Amino acid sequence: MKKRKENILKFVENFYLVIILIFLYAPIVTMMVLSFNNSKSRTQWGGFTLKWYAEMFEASTVMDALTNTLIIAFASALIAAIIGTAAAIAINSMRRVPKMIVMGITNIPMLNADIVTGISLMLAFIAFGISLGFRTILIAHITFNIPYVILSVMPKLKQTSKSTYEAAMDLGASPVYAFFKVVFPDILPGVLSGFLLAFTMSLDDFIITHFTRGAGINTLSTLIYSEVRRGIRPSMYALSSIIFSAVLVLLLITNFAPNFKKEKC
Amino acid sequence: MKNYLSVLALISLGAASVLGGCGGKSSSSSQDAGELYVYNWGEYIDEDVIDLFEEETGIKVIYDLFETNEEMYPVIEAGGVTYDVVCPSDYMIQKMIENNMLAEINFDNVPNVSQIAPEYMERSKAFDPENKYSVPYCWGTVGILYNTSMVAPEDAPSKWADLWNEKFSGEILMQDSVRDAFMVALKSLGYSMNTADEAELEEAKELLVKQKPLVQAYVIDQVRDKMIGGEAAVGVIYSGEMLYIQEEVENLGLEYDLEYVLPKEGTNVWIDSWVIPANAKNKENAEKWIDFLCRPEIAKMNFEYITYPTPNQGAFELLDEDMQNNKAVFPDWDSLDGCEVYQYLGDDTDAIYNNLWKEVKSN
Amino acid sequence: MSKKLLSGPYIAWMIGFTIIPLALIVFYGLTDRSGAFTLDNVLAIATPEHRKALWLSLVLSFLSTIVCLVLAYPLAMILRKRNMGRGSFVVFIFILPMWMNFLLRTMAWQTLLEKNGVINGILSFLHLPTQSIINTWGAIILGMVYNFLPFMILPIYNVLCKIDDNTINAAKDLGANFFQVLVHIWFPLSVPGVISGITMVFVPALTTFVISNLLGGSKILLIGNVIEQEFTRGSNWNLGSGLSLVLMIFILISMALIAKYDKNGEGTAF
Repeated sequence: MKKRKENILKFVENFYLVIILIFLYAPIVTMMVLSFNNSKSRTQWGGFTLKWYAEMFEASTVMDALTNTLIIAFASALIAAIIGTAAAIAINSMRRVPKMIVMGITNIPMLNADIVTGISLMLAFIAFGISLGFRTILIAHITFNIPYVILSVMPKLKQTSKSTYEAAMDLGASPVYAFFKVVFPDILPGVLSGFLLAFTMSLDDFIITHFTRGAGINTLSTLIYSEVRRGIRPSMYALSSIIFSAVLVLLLITNFAPNFKKEKC
Repeated sequence: MKNYLSVLALISLGAASVLGGCGGKSSSSSQDAGELYVYNWGEYIDEDVIDLFEEETGIKVIYDLFETNEEMYPVIEAGGVTYDVVCPSDYMIQKMIENNMLAEINFDNVPNVSQIAPEYMERSKAFDPENKYSVPYCWGTVGILYNTSMVAPEDAPSKWADLWNEKFSGEILMQDSVRDAFMVALKSLGYSMNTADEAELEEAKELLVKQKPLVQAYVIDQVRDKMIGGEAAVGVIYSGEMLYIQEEVENLGLEYDLEYVLPKEGTNVWIDSWVIPANAKNKENAEKWIDFLCRPEIAKMNFEYITYPTPNQGAFELLDEDMQNNKAVFPDWDSLDGCEVYQYLGDDTDAIYNNLWKEVKSN
Repeated sequence: MSKKLLSGPYIAWMIGFTIIPLALIVFYGLTDRSGAFTLDNVLAIATPEHRKALWLSLVLSFLSTIVCLVLAYPLAMILRKRNMGRGSFVVFIFILPMWMNFLLRTMAWQTLLEKNGVINGILSFLHLPTQSIINTWGAIILGMVYNFLPFMILPIYNVLCKIDDNTINAAKDLGANFFQVLVHIWFPLSVPGVISGITMVFVPALTTFVISNLLGGSKILLIGNVIEQEFTRGSNWNLGSGLSLVLMIFILISMALIAKYDKNGEGTAF
């Protein structure tokens, strides 16, 4: 009897998981299907084709936007990871009140509405005569990325024990050496996940980029937005499908690869 | 945990560096002849034309898009970016001229302007009285598109007032731009679409509020896709979309037809023209650009891609006869009685329009 | 001491690109076009059209937050129970959709929800009545829930994972039933995650303008749309900034909530 109850419960749970996953992934599947649609229309099926995949590589605007998106995502995530990790180490050793103030500031870009962040940055760039373009998007992305890094690194820092670091110093290591040999390996997962989050956030951002971009610079988001009104080129679907599938496949490989250390959450 | 992260980090690193490499190379090629910052509507040029222009002149084109005139204006005004050549519509050109934001075009550098049929230069005088600042690029009308299978013959719309027919409840696509929406209401009331009379505008607003429950969505260019997809029965649309729609209906073998009507009350005739902002840094390149686009064969290429009627006589003559006689694409000017070109009404009136539109939208 | 110097670049950056820009918004919001001090831009929130837009935004984002919470909490519990063993894998499942562009994902919902859309196609194939939620409140709430659900799931999941199994077993051993455990153990211990999730859904939902544009057919004007239009179309930056200031009040409230309930930063999403 009890077993049966458990089975039912398990079934309900699985059912629920599947429903949520369908909800999350249905639009993505739709996009992928549309990328093979022979018609340019979003609403009509015009037969199967691969032409959008071929066209994608020839459309220079799409490729430029992809390049910009990736460079900005990568550079902003990297710079944010460096500044953020340094900041996290400093914050960790701060006293209560300064710590609270700095963490409060850290929360601003996270909690602030994207539209307000974007507009405030745009106003600042124009006020200081920085012409809008690649630079300004990069600065904006670094700004909203740093908090993600700090928030990923902080918990790892709390877990590291001060004594190993001090022990290393007692044994004659310089602070920098001790840091890279003792502390850094411990917080590396936090830095990496912060980097990755920052990368993803940058990749997915539209609103802030929309306000801080200048002439001739498009990321995939802003290019798509400018195409929404006239109908999106199916090459966009094709490109997104490729990016998505690549990430998915690599994730699955990593997940089912042997020797994968199971880690408790 | 580490595994995922490092793999993903590596992918992103690899992707960024590979693409970064190619990106850097392609952008450093032709620097000698300078640059040209172009600001245009979305999908409003055949991209091959840009390549041809770059090849021929060695000028590097930085091409950027805007969606509405209202969105373009503050960008040019703020000067956060300086564009060399922009393609706004009539009333916006007038606004820019009145606010001293445009440079006079040196027509010595644009010999091909002679290809533009004289009647369009004449029409342009409504917003550019001396033809000093602008060269027409595309023109067209605004009308009603309806789906023959969703609209009974006796209900077929023929005038703007038909957009208040309760039978079309939830089946109407209106334009999501202030001037176009008010144009529909003002024209159906028999007023000028360039009115600044507050009582008339108030009346038009009331009418739009009354229409709102019948409206399925306020859209701009999506009208095209939604109508092709049979999402709505009637829609307000720019004439230039017709050619594409006709082709698509045929390609997809749809069982319904989409008809375009020019409403009886008269409508908006619009002209989009190239202009050079006063703060342009590469004015001569901009003139080369305009001249290039006025070449008949280039204008024809563009026409075939964007399907909006071209004012270019040379290009028109290169088209086959069927196309020349396609009245949905190239209506006779004579049939456009009662049509008006938008005029710039001044900042104060603009503000009134914007506020009334906000009231409609928030209702 | 030298460690504190490491925060130098960060603090300089934040002052330059967060504090000063926000100060500029305050400046624009409190001045008129000529630069003279005025409260008109902030008080403009009281005009009927702005008030309606703000109210509608509050209602819609409130509803979306509730829906997200109701969907996410049991999900987080299931995920924890399954103890997928792979903490990060769970996280990635929910972050993965973000690798497909936000706008494309939202556009895809249009294709799914439209009158002749995919869902209606399936429904009519099954001889079920078709739905018509595109361009309604429902569609906007759906879009918000869809886009912001991960931001609710992840923080709750993270705090739930930190609850020690022994605590729950102890409660059960002492005779507590499922609901007692839920009320006395799960809920109190998960408050930081819930609060953080709520703010991370509520704030973006309150201020979005893209979702209402794409899924609401522009028929539904939210406060985000008003602000966006003041900046990009109406070109009245002062009014736009003034209305943003009003929005910032809600953002400040959420920051205060976080500071109160999530002192140790436990409830962070990632």
